Amino acid sequence: MKCKKCDRKAAVEVRRQGLAFCPEHYLEWFEHQVTRAIKRHQMLRHRDRVLVAVSGGKDSIALWEALRRLGYNTTGLHIQLGIDGYSKRALEATHRYATERGLPLIVVDLKEAYRLTIPELAELTRRKTCSVCGLTKRYVMNRVAVEEGFDVVATGHNLDDEASVLLGNTLHWQTDALVRQGPLLPAGEKLAKRAKPLYLLTEREILAYTLLRRLPYQHEECPFAAGAKSLVYKEALNKIETMSPGTKQAFLEGYLKKIQPLLQEGLKGEAPELRACERCGYPTTGPVCAFCKTWDLALTWAKRKDLLPGATVFEAKPKLTFATKT
Amino acid sequence: MKVVLRTPEKEERELKGPKRVRELLAELGVNPEGVIVARGEELLTLDDEVADEDTVEVISAVSGGRA
Repeated sequence: MKCKKCDRKAAVEVRRQGLAFCPEHYLEWFEHQVTRAIKRHQMLRHRDRVLVAVSGGKDSIALWEALRRLGYNTTGLHIQLGIDGYSKRALEATHRYATERGLPLIVVDLKEAYRLTIPELAELTRRKTCSVCGLTKRYVMNRVAVEEGFDVVATGHNLDDEASVLLGNTLHWQTDALVRQGPLLPAGEKLAKRAKPLYLLTEREILAYTLLRRLPYQHEECPFAAGAKSLVYKEALNKIETMSPGTKQAFLEGYLKKIQPLLQEGLKGEAPELRACERCGYPTTGPVCAFCKTWDLALTWAKRKDLLPGATVFEAKPKLTFATKT
Repeated sequence: MKVVLRTPEKEERELKGPKRVRELLAELGVNPEGVIVARGEELLTLDDEVADEDTVEVISAVSGGRA
């Protein structure tokens, strides 16, 4: 198989588009796809300060690399979740990537800032780890972006993530989530704009980019991901994709273009108004936001179980002590 | 040929070569949509042939539990 652009041997196939590329032209194609997504949805401007959420996995590292190469002004944000050795290795990969390229990196350690790790938070609140982890990461990303004056938060969500979330929301008719899903979530009062520049690239294409660029990344899977529903949805979609290349993209793009506008129109007025959380001041639909409720509950149980001193009080907005590295 | 599976836990398998990547993945029961196959630093397409003396890696691209 030969490269679509030159006569050299192809290294990566993009079956959903009937394309194949040599390493050099694949990297060019990949970064062009990122540019297309950014421009199509006006995700980023070159004068923006972009906060890149970096877990240390292939998607976020590839995102940071592509944005850096495309000339965006980026700073990494890594959140230490406190998941045994896994989190330490995630920080090592992130730190190595940033240091080798002289890029600024902000590290927020949840245990230091909020006194508990993600596994402790899940156990104390008896909620699913992925659920409290997602809630916490989204909150901290937004808080850092707002308080540190970033224009936009960029995350490494890819086509497989977005298509599997869409499948899950569709199977359960989660209309509230369906109307919100998208590659760009606009800014609001104390709400940073959020963009997903990799949303039209598959996990496989992102891995190929990461390997060809020889980027350091954490290959190991989060120990709490085993059995996650998202993996079942991804596997199902990949089976369909093998039989019918292009299905994942058509499913997501068709939904965003054809169905979501109708749903948004039909549900207009049903979306709850956002107001400031009484505890932390960040946007929420009720009096107290889900983040404050969850962490307050966890601290109460931590004190009852003598994991924290009895005098500990939930502090909604502790000063975030960044380990800023350049 | 030696096949190193990183899905993502490391596991080694010995298969008889030569064979195309497509056949290799089918024999392992791995969906090509979720992996990259590499011979050293060279990335392989489904039509590429792997010799009996080669060592290839099958690297999983799928990650889950995302927020």
